[in-house]
Amino acid sequence: MRHLSFSGEEIIDTISMVRAAKLDIRTITIGVSLFDCVDADCDTLCNNIFNKITHKVRDLSKVSASLSQEFGVPIVNNRIAVTPVSLIAGKSTPDEMVKIAQTLDRIADVLKVDFIGGFSAHVEKGFTEGDRSLLAALPQALASTKRVCASVNIGSTRAGINMDAVAQMGEIIVKTAALTANEGSIGCAKLVVFCNAVEDNPFMAGAFHGVSEGDCVVSVGVSGPGVVLRAIQEARGADFGELAAIIRQTAFRITRAGELVGRTAAARLGIPFGIVDLSLAPTPVEGDSVARILEEIGVEHVGGHGTTAALAMLNDAVKKGGSMASSNVGGLSGAFIPVSEDEGMIEAAANGYITIDKLEAMTSVCSVGLDMVVVPGDTPPQTLSAIIADEAAIGMINKKTTAVRIIPAAGKKVGDWVEYGGLLGKAPVMPVNRSSAERLIGRGGRIPAPLSALTN
Amino acid sequence: MADKTVAPLSGRAIVTIIGSDKVGIIAGISTAIAEAEVNILDISQSVLREFFTMIMMVDLNGAKVSFEELTNQLVAKGTALGVRVEIQREEIFTAMHRI
Repeated sequence: MRHLSFSGEEIIDTISMVRAAKLDIRTITIGVSLFDCVDADCDTLCNNIFNKITHKVRDLSKVSASLSQEFGVPIVNNRIAVTPVSLIAGKSTPDEMVKIAQTLDRIADVLKVDFIGGFSAHVEKGFTEGDRSLLAALPQALASTKRVCASVNIGSTRAGINMDAVAQMGEIIVKTAALTANEGSIGCAKLVVFCNAVEDNPFMAGAFHGVSEGDCVVSVGVSGPGVVLRAIQEARGADFGELAAIIRQTAFRITRAGELVGRTAAARLGIPFGIVDLSLAPTPVEGDSVARILEEIGVEHVGGHGTTAALAMLNDAVKKGGSMASSNVGGLSGAFIPVSEDEGMIEAAANGYITIDKLEAMTSVCSVGLDMVVVPGDTPPQTLSAIIADEAAIGMINKKTTAVRIIPAAGKKVGDWVEYGGLLGKAPVMPVNRSSAERLIGRGGRIPAPLSALTN
Repeated sequence: MADKTVAPLSGRAIVTIIGSDKVGIIAGISTAIAEAEVNILDISQSVLREFFTMIMMVDLNGAKVSFEELTNQLVAKGTALGVRVEIQREEIFTAMHRI
């Protein structure tokens, strides 16, 4: 054919990636700096925030819908990430912080975006007054908003781990769970505790617009566990080298699609393009599961022995393929292993094949951390803090991002189920180790930065 | 400040028609495309993975309707003919299949 530079096979291949293998652009996220909104008066600050974001992001939903149609690839979410609120509201009281969160929620509503992230603080080395107010406001802010996502960075390779903050986060998570008890403690699903948080992550709940970013930036999170699964299903019997090559090529294609959407969105919105986050982000829909990829690699049930090795290979191959496809790869980039958001994980958790201990081991070789894990409502706050400290230690020592998004579902015990619906999915309540962490968490202070922090 | 690194879109798109072969499919879809004043640059048909598939390359420059309207018209026409019609800008295929 004269003009057609693609074969029919290639065209059908792309269409079936979307239709059969659930390829999607998970999110277009616009990062907005709020530094120029700062004001000593909280109402003026809230007005400034409202006016700036509703102006800058006004076309997001429209542009996203038309790109989705023109390229034939679903764009699942539109999101906003803002400057960590503790940095732009240093004088605010906890009540005023809640007001700011509610302003952000109203903005998300007006603009019809799915989530707005950045109700955040960075306290790895210590607390400012603004940080303290934000932390104190978290339970109420999360309980009184629908679309606001919060994150707190409590550790880093450079600073060590702020164990006072870790202790507080356990208490905050329990309070948030209690305040949102009648919705399965959903408030906790919008709160991430980070070590080595990244500044350009477009994925929720941990997205915020880092201080080193420009005024506004468009970033894209791609997904596609289903596409990877289908590709390796077609290569039964391949050895690990061949498998890695297939995953790399698939990740390359997915990332190229993401970069095209991101750059075109940026051009139409008149906002600079930031990064593609090439994460394999599952959804609870069948055929869109990272767990099923690990099982296809050869683990009978995800969580079984061999899972960590399979995940390490998968994660690395995704990064290699994706980084060749785009000059601007960033964010969290890797495989996500949320429990409630992944159909295969949900099944493995229900049948007891995957445990918190195994998930923790897996986080040392993959993108983030203990994600969307539901534990009994009577889990002591110190135990939650200790789980956070363990994850943070993995991140700190290995110079990687780790995160904890854990839900002590109020009133629920092991074996009960919690259902959120939508992308957040559902999960069985998983058991935690009953050994007490009270003394450990009671110590307070800071775990010093590791030797690996001294790189100069 | 817009992104300078992105090439402008070519205005070409790929129309894919998937379904069982019967009289009038090409005529029906082509008419809908012509009514929108969209030029068909190329057309091919084959059996791919047991589906009867027709692929057209069209030029949207000069179209008198928006991409959205054209999509809706083609999908409606496809439904009436009992086939599935997709229209996508060519850049998505370039991105995924060409280095």
